[in-house]
Amino acid sequence: MLFATAIGIVLSRDLIAVVMLTGIYGFLSASFFVLMDAVDVAFTEAAVGAGISPLLMLLTLAMVGRKEQANRSRNFFALMLVTITGALLIIGTFGMPEFGSANAPAHTHVAPRYIEQSGAEIGIPNIVTSVLASYRGFDTFGEVAVIFTAGIGVLSLLMLKPAPSQVPLSNGARHHTVLRIVSKILIPPILLFALYVQFHGDYGPGGGFQAGVIFAAGIILYTMFFGVDVAQQVVSSAVLRVLAAFGVLLYGSVGLVSMLNGGEFLNYSVLAENPLTGQHIGILVIELGVGITVAAVMVMIFYCFAGQQSKQVEAEE
Amino acid sequence: MNDAIGFLSGALLLLGSFLIFTGALGVLRFPDTLSRMHAAGVTETLATTLLLMGLMLLAGWSLVLLKLIMILLFILFTSPTSSHALAKAVWRHQEDETKGGRHD
Amino acid sequence: MLAVTTFTLILVMAMALIRGFAGPSIFDRVLAANLFGTKTVLLIAVLGFLFGRPEFLDIALLYALMNFISVIAILRYFEHTQKAEEGRSADE
Repeated sequence: MLFATAIGIVLSRDLIAVVMLTGIYGFLSASFFVLMDAVDVAFTEAAVGAGISPLLMLLTLAMVGRKEQANRSRNFFALMLVTITGALLIIGTFGMPEFGSANAPAHTHVAPRYIEQSGAEIGIPNIVTSVLASYRGFDTFGEVAVIFTAGIGVLSLLMLKPAPSQVPLSNGARHHTVLRIVSKILIPPILLFALYVQFHGDYGPGGGFQAGVIFAAGIILYTMFFGVDVAQQVVSSAVLRVLAAFGVLLYGSVGLVSMLNGGEFLNYSVLAENPLTGQHIGILVIELGVGITVAAVMVMIFYCFAGQQSKQVEAEE
Repeated sequence: MNDAIGFLSGALLLLGSFLIFTGALGVLRFPDTLSRMHAAGVTETLATTLLLMGLMLLAGWSLVLLKLIMILLFILFTSPTSSHALAKAVWRHQEDETKGGRHD
Repeated sequence: MLAVTTFTLILVMAMALIRGFAGPSIFDRVLAANLFGTKTVLLIAVLGFLFGRPEFLDIALLYALMNFISVIAILRYFEHTQKAEEGRSADE
């Protein structure tokens, strides 16, 4: 089914169909991840690949147009290059150990150590979170920085509208009474769910990234029905900019505090007397930083895109 | 008692699966968009409710039950809403095409 | 019984996919995508029971949310483009 969907995405000319097929592709990959027992990855893939990406693509389409332009030139050189590279990659995977084989280096050295030692060293049930947040804390710091940079990039390309002082009655969804009422009922539980996922990441699937995306999804739902102007009264763009930076700052500060306490950068064990407690505190705080940054950047990107759209409508009038 | 619960849960699951199947069959075979939506929307919510209740009976009193209830409530709220939104959009679209303009 | 349900769900998902590829109008495809999403929610929940991993229910809840948001987003998109077209044709 994945293969069919991918072929459909490439061949289809109608871009809306492409967006929906991308959503279906995201759902399918997440199901595969669930089948492979990688629950956290499935979580993130579902949130981002099946929810937010089609959403942002739709916003772009609203400004650009539905049909893909016919590409007249057929670039044989590019096709050959891609085919050769793809073939080389596939041949390269033959040299790798078999999928899930017990002799693979990842399974003999790294993974057993994490599985055996993480309980004693870190002490939280979800090993994925402990690897992500503590063993590979630097990687995660880089990821947060990347998200923040992406947000800055979008900001620099599409300026964010400042929050208007007076709010006109929302133009779009006035007659969608059912949808407005239902979303008003749904959004608080969604935000609550985001907080649950954030803080439950130690024990079950979840953590900062997923929680940030869910939180952003709640705010985006609100924005879709009440308009960007009203939404900016609730969550203004200035607050978002501060929050996005604050998350990264929080993460870095944990590292700095560790250094001040005598350990290396991002060594959580020195944050409290008991190293296990230190690990818990460190993981909690950095996940919070990740969640805040992800949520703020996602909503910021959405505001930028949606603000473009209303600017275009205003320009046409 | 456990047997009764197991039997009831199995019956609910079977009924839910049957409803889902007929709904999908309707989506494939009905001639018009709106009728397909009717097939999908009606069976979807009911079948989901039955399936989730069947799962709830298997779960027993635990956190799993609470989460299943939350999923059920969420779907009860959102599935009719999306059907409504979709139907409204299709109706508008068809009105646009036949009349050449809306008189909203 | 759970296995029967799983098989039915996968079958229904394939059927929805067929409608998604075939459906003449765009709304048929939206309907198919919505159907696919809700069946995925149920599939994850049932698989969670089959494998004995209750954490899957969190993912099911997330999928339900994302499915809902995607459908609403697509419909708002159509509304916007129709309104823009009408604005243009009303000006002419």
